[in-house]
Amino acid sequence: MSIIPFIIFTILIHGYIKNINLYECFVEGAKEGFKTTVRIMPYLIAVFVAIGIFKRSSAMNIFVSIFTPITKIIGLPKELIPLIIMRPISGSGSLALVKNITCTYGADSFIARVAATMMGSAETIFYTMAIYFGAIGIKKSRHTLTAALLSHIGAIAASLIICNIFFDK
Amino acid sequence: MINQIWFFLIFIGILTALATGNINCINEVILNDTQEAVKFAISLTGIMAMWLGVMNIAKKSGLIDSLCKLLKPITKFLFPDIPNNHPAISLIIMNMITNMFGAGNSATALGIKAMEEMNKLNPYKKRATNAMCMFLVINMSSIQLVPLTVLKIRADAGATNPTEIISTALIATTASTLIGIISVKIMEKRR
Repeated sequence: MSIIPFIIFTILIHGYIKNINLYECFVEGAKEGFKTTVRIMPYLIAVFVAIGIFKRSSAMNIFVSIFTPITKIIGLPKELIPLIIMRPISGSGSLALVKNITCTYGADSFIARVAATMMGSAETIFYTMAIYFGAIGIKKSRHTLTAALLSHIGAIAASLIICNIFFDK
Repeated sequence: MINQIWFFLIFIGILTALATGNINCINEVILNDTQEAVKFAISLTGIMAMWLGVMNIAKKSGLIDSLCKLLKPITKFLFPDIPNNHPAISLIIMNMITNMFGAGNSATALGIKAMEEMNKLNPYKKRATNAMCMFLVINMSSIQLVPLTVLKIRADAGATNPTEIISTALIATTASTLIGIISVKIMEKRR
């Protein structure tokens, strides 16, 4: 996206006009970046290992299949269930599922369109929470997870409703 | 909470690996995924240093102050506990902007820094503040303008109109963000 260069360009021009010592300012700010990434490294390793073990041991697949029967009750295409469960846990995992769904059913199928919409409207909750809270040592996350899951359910429901309106089944 | 989730993922994972006779995968994780994490952190260092450097210029030149003033009604509503001129506000705004444009790692770098700044205002260091919960929920339900990776998959799979899902995704992501914000607002009043 071209917006990033544009932002940097604007900031630099503005700083130059305001007669700021750009070089010094940049270096001073950049130093902060190093300190932070070194500090969060242990947390990153903790998160990567836990998600890695859960995924590679195929525990994730079992977990997903447990939830599959629920589909019939809500009237959701059952092909989408793995994606709905995978999305909050793993970004790359859910992207692989979207790819799989798109190739299996065709990019112009209803299911592929809903899957793409869902992928574009949700985020990897557990990963983000673990990294952001981990980085500053927060243990009590209070209502964050509940609210995030509610918003995730909202994203799924909204995707289904909107695709039903926009696309033919 | 994180403690439980972390334990649950590893515990169930190792049990499953044992049950399926696939215990070697644990070694693979220890070898590869730890390295992945370090690689990720190092790749984050460059972007983070870059953004925090540029942000420092914007801060000194007063550009961020003007941006914060402009967005004050929104940030005041979402984060009433953060003082107006606090550096956390500008980092939150920058995180949201980079998130919207799908600049993944840039957003992560700014977001982590925002959390650090918010923790300076936190009286109980191990407990998330209202502002942190709100920020994370918005971040996790982030409004994404163009889901690039999905478009790529659709284009590769030969979609007649790969970009047709931009508008549906935009509506869905806006809805989910609003639901997230409302949920946080309701739940934060309870405690």
